Amino acid sequence: MENMVNVKINNREYSVPANSTVLEAARYAGIDIPTLCYLKDINEIGACRLCLVEVKGARGLAAACVYPVNEGMEIMTNTPAIRKARKTNLELVLSAHKKKCLTCIRSTSCELQKLCLEYGVDEDHFVGNNNEYPLDASTASVIRDNEKCILCRRCVAACKNMQKIGVIGANDRGFDTHIASAFEVQLGTTSCIGCGQCIVACPVGAIYERDDTAKVFDAISDPTKHVAICAAPSIRATLGECFGYEPGTDVEGKMVAAMKALGFDGVYDMNLTADLTIMEEATEFLARFKEGKNLPLITSCSPGWVKYCEHYFPDFTDNLSSCKSPQQMFGALYKTYYAQKVGLDPKDIVFVSAIPCTAKKFEVKRNFQNAAGVPDVDVAITTRELARMIQQAGINFTALKDEKFDEPFDIGSGAGAIFGATGGVMEAALRTAAAVLEGKDLVEVSEVRGTNGIKRATYTLGGAEIKVAVASGTANAKELLESVQNGEKIDFIEIMACPGGCVNGGGQPTQPAVVRNNVDLKTLRASVLYTADKNLDVRKSHENSAVKKLYDEFFGEPASHKAHEILHTKYVKRGL
Amino acid sequence: MKKKLTTVAFNGTAEQLKQLDELIAKHKGEKGALMPVLQGAQGIYGYLPIEVQKHIALSMDVPLSEVYGVASFYSQFILNPKGEYAVAVCLGTACYVKGAGLLMDKLESLLGIKNGEISADRKFSLDATRCIGACGLAPVLTVNEEVYGRLTPDMIKGILDKYNN
Repeated sequence: MENMVNVKINNREYSVPANSTVLEAARYAGIDIPTLCYLKDINEIGACRLCLVEVKGARGLAAACVYPVNEGMEIMTNTPAIRKARKTNLELVLSAHKKKCLTCIRSTSCELQKLCLEYGVDEDHFVGNNNEYPLDASTASVIRDNEKCILCRRCVAACKNMQKIGVIGANDRGFDTHIASAFEVQLGTTSCIGCGQCIVACPVGAIYERDDTAKVFDAISDPTKHVAICAAPSIRATLGECFGYEPGTDVEGKMVAAMKALGFDGVYDMNLTADLTIMEEATEFLARFKEGKNLPLITSCSPGWVKYCEHYFPDFTDNLSSCKSPQQMFGALYKTYYAQKVGLDPKDIVFVSAIPCTAKKFEVKRNFQNAAGVPDVDVAITTRELARMIQQAGINFTALKDEKFDEPFDIGSGAGAIFGATGGVMEAALRTAAAVLEGKDLVEVSEVRGTNGIKRATYTLGGAEIKVAVASGTANAKELLESVQNGEKIDFIEIMACPGGCVNGGGQPTQPAVVRNNVDLKTLRASVLYTADKNLDVRKSHENSAVKKLYDEFFGEPASHKAHEILHTKYVKRGL
Repeated sequence: MKKKLTTVAFNGTAEQLKQLDELIAKHKGEKGALMPVLQGAQGIYGYLPIEVQKHIALSMDVPLSEVYGVASFYSQFILNPKGEYAVAVCLGTACYVKGAGLLMDKLESLLGIKNGEISADRKFSLDATRCIGACGLAPVLTVNEEVYGRLTPDMIKGILDKYNN
């Protein structure tokens, strides 16, 4: 039984957990106190002063997000004095905010805008020292507009406390305080991995993805181009959030219909190349395991993780799987196999991927990712950009009838479907390894499921003991790799840069703090993938008929010379 | 005030690095060790060069952004080296109303550097200071320990010439 205390909130009595803050206690009582800076567990700094409440006997107003409850406490959350203080604080925040709301990327999803409307603020009540800052567009993934920054430090917390990277911080003081990298260097010159967790943490429009939608629209309108798109496993679990669906709604059919309505010449399922990745990676693992070389093998699907490894753990780059990510495999496959099959010049193909990830915008520009002599993938657009394209094209998403992916890349197994959740790649690999090594039917590998930061398990396959581990979030990756450096023996590791895997990627729909703090988005979104897996007849990558056909017609067998030329890549040791 | 970053090359010695490492070792594992380490490092080098901040970040396993955040927040931390002759113009209230701002303008144009900077040959550095308590002599500037008072802009060149030989 949890320790409880009795408190009065707005003159009504409640029994709440003794270790709650006033903010949590009010939530318990069904009252949402407004916040701007607060992010549960990672940014509890009481800085924005929006969550002010009256606590009987306390001096002045208290910040609910950092004020612990105690027995008999009497709290008021909505008095005229509180409303006035919150309104003034909002007006002070606005005094140094570039109010370009009409065309702001976060208009209507901005937490500041919503609060200003609720509190009826006068946006010009105070005129602050509106410093001018140049836009930092130095990375392929993330753009920072400090003139819109409200200094809540949620991005700093996401980078430093959650991801344990810390390439941004608050520089200078007073009116000159601004979020940037050390010594004012541009983000592109730092060891930023482009994961985009700063973007989904931002309550306003100060950080956003590099918008590549114009490139896609231009390509679609160019009659000389053949434009294809493939959808990453996780975006069908999240795209609906941009159109008013509850988190955890599967919108695969509508997503495909929308992509077709946008005018793509082919709409394909990346679950297929997720399966292809498993074929190559499982083969690679078995070879390395047999030789005992470059173990642990570490997955390379997550480009944020790959860049993290190159910067922070360069000694581990030989452990990375040489497999391209499913995105890159798809582009490579399309511009070689498919182009030959239908008689297209790879130069006339514009291959687009729709992904949950801002780091993939960097990945498409990497070296050794051009199987047909041109970049494997031309443009990578995030879930948010895809939603924006659908809106701009006037497509009524909710009214769309479900449609199916185009042949011949329309089949994905259940193993491919779960790639978008932490542990999914490992589970998919284990299913195939168990079947190939022992003819064993292994599905639903519960040890590697769930949102725990690090998961470990041991399996006996083909008479040998195989130790596996799964980490999501770079903070957990760091902890796990340090353990390996200190002698822990692991054979196969899956790492995703974002906590919870791709379902919680930096390119996924933004959700306000009140949702992030109170709803388990990772589990809800992942449940879509696990349900899809459960409902599929084919749940193992090697049983995917489309994959079999690819090997029969084109590659021969996994890890063949041709497969290596087209589906594998190289890494660089970047260092700090 | 927004801090300016140095443009002159770092020229730390092995002896200084040894002192810095000893300092970091002394504070190892201590909570809130960053501030005393930065203070000590400034004592060793006279300012906080980029190279030193990077060394501190790596040795203490603190993100560089945090080290720089602290260094740029507190006005007592200096990011630029001082010149052989450190020129400081008092911009306290009394000096300011007596025209210290004009002295600063003159110095900036004669030295070719801005407030907070150092000349490429490291001979002169220029800074604004708060009240140094010599209001009776306003407007005042100091060059190292030397105090010059009751100044007008046309007297600046003569002062600099004394150090320019």
